[in-house]
Amino acid sequence: MSVEETNVDLGFDPTLKKKKKKSTKTVEESNEATPEVDDVLSGLKKKKKKSKDSKSTPDADEINTDDVTDSLGELKLKKKKKKSSTPVPDDDFDKQLEKLGLDETNTTNTNTAETITDDDVNAQQSKYGLPYDGLLSRFFQILKKNNPELAGERSGTKFKIPPPVCQREGNKKTAFANVQEISEKLQRSPEHLISYLFAELGTSGSVDGQKRLIIKGRFQPKQLENVLRRYIIEYVTCKTCKSINTQLKKESSNRLFFLVCNSCGSTRSVSSIKTGFSAQIGKRKKM
Amino acid sequence: MSSIQNLNKIDPFADTGDDDTQPTNYIHIRIQQRNGRKTLTTVQGLPDEYDLKRIVRALKKDFACNGNIVKDEELGEVIQLQGDQRVKVMEFLTSQLGLQKKNIKIHGF
Repeated sequence: MSVEETNVDLGFDPTLKKKKKKSTKTVEESNEATPEVDDVLSGLKKKKKKSKDSKSTPDADEINTDDVTDSLGELKLKKKKKKSSTPVPDDDFDKQLEKLGLDETNTTNTNTAETITDDDVNAQQSKYGLPYDGLLSRFFQILKKNNPELAGERSGTKFKIPPPVCQREGNKKTAFANVQEISEKLQRSPEHLISYLFAELGTSGSVDGQKRLIIKGRFQPKQLENVLRRYIIEYVTCKTCKSINTQLKKESSNRLFFLVCNSCGSTRSVSSIKTGFSAQIGKRKKM
Repeated sequence: MSSIQNLNKIDPFADTGDDDTQPTNYIHIRIQQRNGRKTLTTVQGLPDEYDLKRIVRALKKDFACNGNIVKDEELGEVIQLQGDQRVKVMEFLTSQLGLQKKNIKIHGF
């Protein structure tokens, strides 16, 4: 077996936790078997192993191989070694390890696209076991990197509705200039929106030549915004998925309005717009 | 036999008591603009078992405004009050008459 061979082998070796653990175990066993290791040391190792093997392994390794510091590359290397050649004497083994360790660390850093933080986490893992906080943050890092919409980030599809533009038309009327634009954004017919506005505000009005809505009465843009907000909640948003991408359909059989969501496909019935009672204002009714 | 829970007799169609299904009779509280900055509040759809006359009397006194009852052909009797009393009426209906908030709808700006 040669250095090149091991390198090639290691190219296949992904940084999987399972494999790492296995490797550490094998290394330990081999170390215990070799005559060079002190009896005391081996005894210590055994004790530790019983209690916690993942914690004990790096210590033992450090003692055995002084020069190699990067535990990750080292562990991987050792494992490969064991598989290929068990009866190699320990001196050669260590020397080769050192060589390979240097080579290997370089190759892993260049080959695998792991970030520095990942390496740090791996090192930590081999030292202290697996801390929950670290695992959690790593999971979210990976999740954010690969599919951010699952990590609670909205992917910019939030709809923006232009604020209502209001002008005073004379003394008693208000011109709502961008009804057309808003109704297009909401994918509703302007008539539907206008009838809702009239029902809610308890007034009447008309659409003028520039497609502006003239409402009788004085209204502030903020007031109209409130009404628009309620319209959107009732007639536009899908209750199941909060999407605004919906259609209003009229069922011909029962003459009911249904809201069909285009993104999740759910359907809900909406009540038709009712004007309700409107009091007599101004002149009295002629009897 | 009764020790086996699965064999106990349970009527799945029995009334559980927590029904939320009475969507038809909402109470609507609306506002209308009059001349100038004057407004009018209408309360429509109060249940029949309440005495509207007494309610109006109490409302007038509480809110310090005038009010009356208007009879409509389709909608029955409607309370009219001077000024924007929507929130106050809502509070009155829930606290004094014990009506549920989800059955009351406030309209207007």
